[in-house]
Amino acid sequence: MMTAVWIIIAVVAVGIYLSWTAGRLDRLHARVDSTRAALDAQLVRRASIALEIATSGLLDPASSLVLAGAAHDARGAAEDDREIAESELTRALRIVFEEPGQVEDLRARLGGDELVGELQTAVRRVPMARRFHNDAVRSARAVRRHRLVRYLRLAGHAPYPVTFEMDDEEPPTLLPGGTATG
Amino acid sequence: MRIGVVCPYSWDVPGGVQYHVRDLANWLIARGHDVSVLAPADDDTPLPPYVVGAGRAVPVRYNGSVARLNFGFLSAARVRRWIHDGDFDVLHIHEPATPSLSLLACWSASGPVVATFHTSNPRSRAMIAAYPILQPALEKISARIAVSEYARRTLVEHLGGDAVVIPNGVEVAFFADAAPDPAWQGTAVAPTLGFIGRIDEPRKGLPVLMAAFPKIAAAFPGVRLLVAGRGDAEEAAEDLPDALRGQVTFLGMISDAEKARLLRSVDVYVAPNTGGESFGIILVEAMSAGAPVLASDLDAFRQVLDGGRAGELFDNEDADALADAAITLLRNPARRTELRDIGSRHVRRYDWETVGADILGVYETVTAGADSLLGPGD
Repeated sequence: MMTAVWIIIAVVAVGIYLSWTAGRLDRLHARVDSTRAALDAQLVRRASIALEIATSGLLDPASSLVLAGAAHDARGAAEDDREIAESELTRALRIVFEEPGQVEDLRARLGGDELVGELQTAVRRVPMARRFHNDAVRSARAVRRHRLVRYLRLAGHAPYPVTFEMDDEEPPTLLPGGTATG
Repeated sequence: MRIGVVCPYSWDVPGGVQYHVRDLANWLIARGHDVSVLAPADDDTPLPPYVVGAGRAVPVRYNGSVARLNFGFLSAARVRRWIHDGDFDVLHIHEPATPSLSLLACWSASGPVVATFHTSNPRSRAMIAAYPILQPALEKISARIAVSEYARRTLVEHLGGDAVVIPNGVEVAFFADAAPDPAWQGTAVAPTLGFIGRIDEPRKGLPVLMAAFPKIAAAFPGVRLLVAGRGDAEEAAEDLPDALRGQVTFLGMISDAEKARLLRSVDVYVAPNTGGESFGIILVEAMSAGAPVLASDLDAFRQVLDGGRAGELFDNEDADALADAAITLLRNPARRTELRDIGSRHVRRYDWETVGADILGVYETVTAGADSLLGPGD
């Protein structure tokens, strides 16, 4: 009699634990999806503002061409090439805005200040969104590695979360206080 | 945006986290956001309208020091009610790993959560033991912020994952626009050095500065040292030669306005702290006021001073090195002018204007992601 009670208690306890873990995993998958959506939004925003600057006619034609090419490629890249294309755009931005004078010049032109401001915001938010996403991926993976989760397939059909790896170092000239360096 | 901010430390006790939360709330409110701050406070403490008191905090020994914390069934219920009534777009929790309101808020949260990690501790046994308990609660955090690269490293070592670095904010204009006080200003032959911090807290490093002072006075006989901060002045000046006592002035506790004027006045600000600093906001304040900074080479200070570009560094706890560096700096007005220049540009990244926008950026990133899931598709 006592053993039966104990078995029932054990089964209930395991059941509660499993359902709690499944809920936890579900929440983590939702976090992976939402941080990825946020990252996508920031990447698209960055490519758009880069393209806008490139086609504004405020930059010299050579810089415009480099920037427009990279921004266009980043926006149209297939999922598999996305990390490389976005990294290329980061590098293009760093090269085009390598000289503090370039930023000052763009700011001084009509409408340029606004464009630089938007670009500044965009290049700051991409690394943010990417860290949040990769952090979510790491948390989800940690739970999915548990033996119980693997054997009982608690993750269901949710795809195995992958990190987004790219070069997202912003141009130093666009950092606050960075533009005035002579 | 409706923003709920959780501060784990008592509102009635001054501290870095409390100031940060207060300034952040003011910054957000000034920009038209709806902010509610939940913080421990005695029931009879007068609170600003945006702060909700969560009851009295209990002093408890935790992780090596005594902290005043809230926990237990009643606190948990209060936190849950506050979150429910607030209906926040984003919940910003400070120091989520402390066993206080912050951790309780993490447990109860259901919407997007942003967390800021302020401390940097070496990995402790207690933290390792607590890891499995903390992990499910901390998993709810969608975005983590560390106040310095150093704090970020601690976080990565303790909990894994990653965080963005957004430094503590400083009201740069408040310090930059303060009027210097002639009584605190030095001359070429009789320069003034400044120090601000608890006198009786050895980690703030006043003993190192006191030990270095005779050597500095030998090179600059007219030099004066201005010390502001709580503690016993008699005791601090004990080892000083009698002849030099008149050159050290203890100002006691000073107001924020006086602090700004002091920093505007001195020829060199000295930060001889020997450890336990995760950020070093005082250095940013000194640079904002245009004071050339001489600091010990702690990791946190090195980072705030941009590896020595925005201020001079000396070997930690080495009074001789401090004296030499101070003398070199006092003999070189050109370098001091250069440091003032670099400093005033460098602090722009710590100005609330920049820091606030970054934090708001994090809120927007997090809520944008959460909204996209409610939309069509997934």
